[in-house]
Amino acid sequence: MEPGDPLLIARAQFGLNIAFHILFPTITIGLAWILVYFRVQYARTGEAAWLATYLLWTKVFALTFAMGVVTGIVMSFQFGTNWPGYMNSVGNVAGPLLAFEVLTAFFLEATFLGVMLFGMKRVPGWMHLASTVLVAFGTTVSAFWILALNSWMQTPAGLGLADGQLIAADWWQVIFNPSFPYRLTHMLLASGLTAAFVVAGLSAWRLLQACADAAALRTLRTGILLAAVLAPAQAFVGDLHGLNTLEHQPAKIAAMEAVWKTEKGAPLILFAIPNASEQRNDFAIQIPRGASLILKHDPDAEIKGIDAFAPDAPPVAPVFFAFRIMVGTGMLMIALSWFGAWRMRKSATLPRWLLWTFAGFTFSGWIATLAGWLVTEIGRQPWLVTGVLRTADAVGPVSEAQLGASLTGYILTYSLMLVAYIVVLTHLAGKGSASADGSKPAAIPESTLA
Amino acid sequence: MTPDLPLIFTILMGAAILAYVVLDGYDLGVGMLMPAADAREQNIMVASIGPFWDANETWLVLGVGLLLAAFPAAHGVVLTALYLPVTAMLIGLMLRGVAFEFRIKAQGWHRELWNWLFWFGSFLASLAQGFMLGSYITGFETGFAYLLFALMVSGSVCGGYVLLGGGWLVLRTTGALQQKALGWTRWGLLWVALGVALVSLATPLASETVRGKWFDFPRTAALMLLPLASAAVWIWIWRLTGRLQRGESAPEWGPFAGAVTIYVLAFAGLAYSLFPYLVMDRITIWEAAAHPSALKVVLAGALIVLPFIIAYTVFSYRVFRGKAPDKFYD
Repeated sequence: MEPGDPLLIARAQFGLNIAFHILFPTITIGLAWILVYFRVQYARTGEAAWLATYLLWTKVFALTFAMGVVTGIVMSFQFGTNWPGYMNSVGNVAGPLLAFEVLTAFFLEATFLGVMLFGMKRVPGWMHLASTVLVAFGTTVSAFWILALNSWMQTPAGLGLADGQLIAADWWQVIFNPSFPYRLTHMLLASGLTAAFVVAGLSAWRLLQACADAAALRTLRTGILLAAVLAPAQAFVGDLHGLNTLEHQPAKIAAMEAVWKTEKGAPLILFAIPNASEQRNDFAIQIPRGASLILKHDPDAEIKGIDAFAPDAPPVAPVFFAFRIMVGTGMLMIALSWFGAWRMRKSATLPRWLLWTFAGFTFSGWIATLAGWLVTEIGRQPWLVTGVLRTADAVGPVSEAQLGASLTGYILTYSLMLVAYIVVLTHLAGKGSASADGSKPAAIPESTLA
Repeated sequence: MTPDLPLIFTILMGAAILAYVVLDGYDLGVGMLMPAADAREQNIMVASIGPFWDANETWLVLGVGLLLAAFPAAHGVVLTALYLPVTAMLIGLMLRGVAFEFRIKAQGWHRELWNWLFWFGSFLASLAQGFMLGSYITGFETGFAYLLFALMVSGSVCGGYVLLGGGWLVLRTTGALQQKALGWTRWGLLWVALGVALVSLATPLASETVRGKWFDFPRTAALMLLPLASAAVWIWIWRLTGRLQRGESAPEWGPFAGAVTIYVLAFAGLAYSLFPYLVMDRITIWEAAAHPSALKVVLAGALIVLPFIIAYTVFSYRVFRGKAPDKFYD
C-alpha cells in the first residue's frame, strides 16, 4: 500500500469514524446501568441527595448519548459509502444483524431517553424508573447485535451458499459464533470499567473544586468500588478471550506476541521493536518459553508464527504495541482502583494527590478500549470477514478527492465536538458544587444553568 | 403464491423514509427557524422538540438500515453516488444533534456558537437531503442542468421543512411566538408552492421515464388527483393560518396536519415516478433485493418489533402533549 491509496484513505476514514463513535457508547452502556442504580437508590430511600446525584449524572449521560447517536448515524451510512463490496458479498448476513439493532435497540433507547430526561414530572415514579431501565436495556441490546456482527466478521460461522449468494444457513450459529460470547463479555466489562472511571474521575474533579461535597464523595466511592471489581474480572475474561483467539485466529495472536517464526517454547516478548522487513524483533526483552506457557499452559508447546500465515498475516507492529497499551492501561486501572478502595476503607476521603490521579484517569477506559479495538481489527487484516472477504475487495469506487474532502470535514467536526464535550463535562462536574451538599437538589436541575 | 418480499420491503422502507422526513422534517424546520426568534423563544422552540429529535432521527437509520438489509446491491450504488451530500448531511446532523445538549450547558459566547451551529447544522442537513433527493430522482446524472435541478429540489425541501416546523410550533406554542410561527408557516407554504411547481415541471424534463409515466392518457387524468388534492390542502392551510392570525377560532393542529398531508401526497407522486426502480432506470427493487432467506428473517423481526415501536412512540407523544415548556429541562 502506498500513501494516497484509496484503500488506505477509506480505511483511515472508516477507522476514524468508528473509533470516534465507540468512545461514547463505551461510556453510555456502563453509565446507563449506574444511572439505574442511582435511580433505584432514590426510589428506595427517597433521599434528595440521591435525586441530585441521579440528575447530575443524567446530564453527563444525555450529552454522551447524543455524541454516540449522531456519530452512530454516520456509521450506518459508512458501510455503503466506504465498503460497498461488504454488503454485496455478505449483505445477507450483515444486513439483518444491523436491521435488528435498529429495530430492537435504537428506537427503544431514543424514545425512553426522552421520557427519562424530560418526563420526570409527567409520568409516575415507577414509569420513570422503568424508562431508565429500558434505556439501559436498549444500550446493552445494541451492544449485543453489533458485537454479534463484529464477532461474526472475526470468526464467521453458519454460512451457506444458495443461488450463488452467501447466506446465513443457521442464524443461531451466525449470532453465537465462536468468538461472540467472549467478545461481548469483554466489551460489556470494558464499558462498565470505562464508566466506573468516568464516574470516579469526574467525582474526584468535583471534590478538588469544592472540598466537602457528600454526593461527590459517594459517587467517587461508587466508581472506585465498581472499578475494583470489574478491572480484575476484565483481566480474567480478557485472558479467556485471548485463548479463544488463539484457537480461531492464530495469526492475530502471532502479531500480538510478535512471533515471527513458528517455534516450540516461544518466549514472551515484554518489549521489542518489531522489524517487518527482516521478520524479527529488535531490542527484545523477553521471558524464555513465556508465550508457550501463557498461551498453551506448557513451556514447550509450539506457537505458530507469522511465517505460518504469510502472506495473509496482519501487520505486526501496530497489533503488538496496541496490545501492550491495552494490557498496560488495564493493569494501571487494577492497581489504582484497588489502592483507592483500600485508602477509602481507611479514611472517608482521599488525599488530593490521589484525587488528581483519579481525575487524570477519567478517560483511561477510552485508551484501553481503543487499543483493544486496534488489536482486534488490525489483527483481522487482510480480511474484512476472515477467510471470506478481503478488505481490499470491499472498497468502493469513490475518488481520492472525495475521500480526502470528507475526511477533512470529519476531522474538523470531531475535533470541535471532542473539545466541547470535555470542556462541558469538566464544567458540569465542577459546577454547582458549593450548593450540592445534598440538601438542595433544586440547585442541580437545568433551571439554574439555563 | 409466495409473497413478493422485495415489494413488501420497498413499502416498509418507503414508510420509514416518509416517517423520517415528516418527523425529523419538523425538528429540522424548527432548527432552521432559530435565527428568526429571540433568545427566550429559542428556548421554547428547542424545548418543543427536545424529547423527540433523537427518536425522529432513528427513522433515518431504519430507512438506511432497510436499504442495506433488503437491497444490499443498491445500498452501495446509492451511497457511493451520493458520497459528498451524504457527508454534508451527516456533519450537519452531528452538529445540530450535539448542539441540543451543548447550547444548554454552555455559557456566554459558547452558547451563541452552539445556537448558531444548531441552525447551521439543521440547514446543512436539510439542503443536503434535498440535494440527495434531486440527484436520486435523475439517477445520479451529472452535468450543469442536473446540478441546477438538484439545487432546486434542495431549496424546496428546506421550504417544506420550514412549513412542517412552523406547523409544529403553531401546535406547540402560544402567544407572540405562535403568531410568529403562523407567519413562518405561511412563508413555508409560499416556498413549497414555488418549489413543488418548479420541481413538478422540471422532473419530467429531467427524466424521460418520469415523463412517460405521467403523460400517458387517460392515466394522466387519474394522476391529476394528486396535485389537485395538494392544492386543496394548500389553500386550506393558507385560510386556516389566516384565521388563526386574526384570532378567530380554528384548529391549532390544522397547519401541521395539513403539512403532513402535503408530504404524503408528494411522496406518493414520487413513489409512483420511481417505481419499480431503486436506482432510476438502472436497478429495480427485484434486482437489488437480498436473498429471500435474509428478507424473511428481517421481515419476521420487523413484524414483531414494529408494533412495539409504534406503541411507545405514541406513548411518548402522549406524555409530552400540549404546549412546550419555556425551559429545556422542566
